[in-house]
Amino acid sequence: MQAVRYVGLVVFAAVFALPLYLALVAATRSAPAFLNGVPTLPGSQLLDNLRQVFGPGIPNSPPLGSLMANSAAMALGVAIGKLLLSVPAAFAVAFFRFRGRMLVFWLIFVTLMLPVEVRFFPTYQVTAQLGMLDSFSGLIIPLVASATAVFLFRQFFMTFPLELADAARLDGIRPLGFLWRIVLPLSKPNLAAVFVLEFIYGWNQYLWPLLVTSGSHTTVVMGIREMISAAQGFAVPEWNLIMTVTLLALAPPVVVVVVMQRWFVRGLTAGIS
Amino acid sequence: MAASVLAPARPREVRAAVERPPVRRRPARRAGGDGAAVFNHRILPYLLVLPQLAVVGVFFLWPTVRATTEAFERSNAFGLGTRFSGLSNFVSALTNGNYTQAIEVSLIFAASTTFLAMAIGLFLAAEVEQLGRARAVYRTLFIWTYAVPGAIAGALWLFLFQPELGPGARFLGLLGIKWNFALHGAQALSLVIALTVWQQSAYNFLFFTAALQGVPVAVHEAAAIDGAGPLDRFWRITFPLLSPTTFFLSVMDLLYALFSSFAVIDVVTQGGPAGATTTLVYQLYEDGFQNADSGLAGAETIVLIGIAALLTVAQFRLLNRRVHYR
Repeated sequence: MQAVRYVGLVVFAAVFALPLYLALVAATRSAPAFLNGVPTLPGSQLLDNLRQVFGPGIPNSPPLGSLMANSAAMALGVAIGKLLLSVPAAFAVAFFRFRGRMLVFWLIFVTLMLPVEVRFFPTYQVTAQLGMLDSFSGLIIPLVASATAVFLFRQFFMTFPLELADAARLDGIRPLGFLWRIVLPLSKPNLAAVFVLEFIYGWNQYLWPLLVTSGSHTTVVMGIREMISAAQGFAVPEWNLIMTVTLLALAPPVVVVVVMQRWFVRGLTAGIS
Repeated sequence: MAASVLAPARPREVRAAVERPPVRRRPARRAGGDGAAVFNHRILPYLLVLPQLAVVGVFFLWPTVRATTEAFERSNAFGLGTRFSGLSNFVSALTNGNYTQAIEVSLIFAASTTFLAMAIGLFLAAEVEQLGRARAVYRTLFIWTYAVPGAIAGALWLFLFQPELGPGARFLGLLGIKWNFALHGAQALSLVIALTVWQQSAYNFLFFTAALQGVPVAVHEAAAIDGAGPLDRFWRITFPLLSPTTFFLSVMDLLYALFSSFAVIDVVTQGGPAGATTTLVYQLYEDGFQNADSGLAGAETIVLIGIAALLTVAQFRLLNRRVHYR
């Protein structure tokens, strides 16, 4: 019974991995190898394909090195930006009483109902009006407000005993010192969890970069469609190059999830999606 | 939030409290309660929330207001100036064949991906939970697809299912299916559904795994002693205990299918053939950017906000109710 279960799960895992395996096969072959269908085993052309995509690249698309760098900048910008905005906001809501605190809470809550795929049309217009098209600020800032991150940190801060803050105050530590020297060090696991999750969120964006950037700020994920149509335009479709780029584009988020699985799962199950 | 539906995800502090009984009798005061302020400061809290609120104001609220005004306006024939037009943009959206087709496509797409991703995620989670060894390895094997960017997943599947040459297309050919998703709407829709399920079942797997770990072993043992078989135990004991997670996931999957499928569709089918894979979000993209009809796009944005708000509120009501019962 257990043996059947193991075998069944291996089959499932293999089916899940099949698209990735075939991409690997394609990335290690030369283009003519696909004319009679996709071969079953990897070849030896991986280095040639890598040299090709990083060197001359795919016609009519920006150099791959800069696409990858733009993706990294966007992912890091979104992840760090979300931390920079959500931690102070959650700290204020959890440790201070001030007029309008509930209003602040609701304003942040409302953003849950406005994912970028819902508000992209008018947000594009506002971003254009502010002259932020085709820039990193336009790429990143409209995505850095996150209700889920604020709520996660607020929920965590609410588990702090007040005696801790009282003691800090008696020792003459000011609020920001309390945040910096006590709250942040205790929040490391949550900071890591949110960072991992938001890095992936930023790297994987497609619609927003497609709208606000062209040319020099293109990311590798949004560039893939143009590359596919360019590579298919050849007499022999260059699927080997496309799949090489594909592997490079999916490697950062997949590696981060696999290596930092603990933080990823923690961030996700703590209510961020 | 979601933590409240997942027993194992409870913060470490709770466990610590169980292991070391507190010395003092009165419960510890916590930050964020309704008691006295921890810190008193006139300006600091406002400064702390300002960056977050600035982004919310400029990139969430202003666009929403803008979409609302656009939804009730129509530009004149030369695109110079606008006038109030009441509900006419909403009426023209809803009487437009494209939009009603997009509603239908979205419903089919969302319902089937939600059902399939949940079924597969639950099945895999339950099976892996029964394993003696190597659970961690299997978990990794079933969650990685969630990290693949949608557009990149689209590229992988496009290669797999390109008509004639793709290995998937050849396999289907052996089964007697003439595969060409560029011509057949039903095939195109099945392809984007399968691709979305491939990604989203990982998310469901992860949450069901966490929920399954919270089901007490004792309940199972008692049922086993009473003579209930494994399937019986699963459907009559485990599954009902998972219901908060099941509800949470159905809302999350619907939200994901309705709103986050743009990249996959744009890379694989561009909404075609003949609108067969044009969802509400894709239709809005076409009306707003390709047809440059800001009144229509504004009205469609309001419709999407309404759907998202409904699903979000439904979810919060349920989660809050659970918090009260505990």
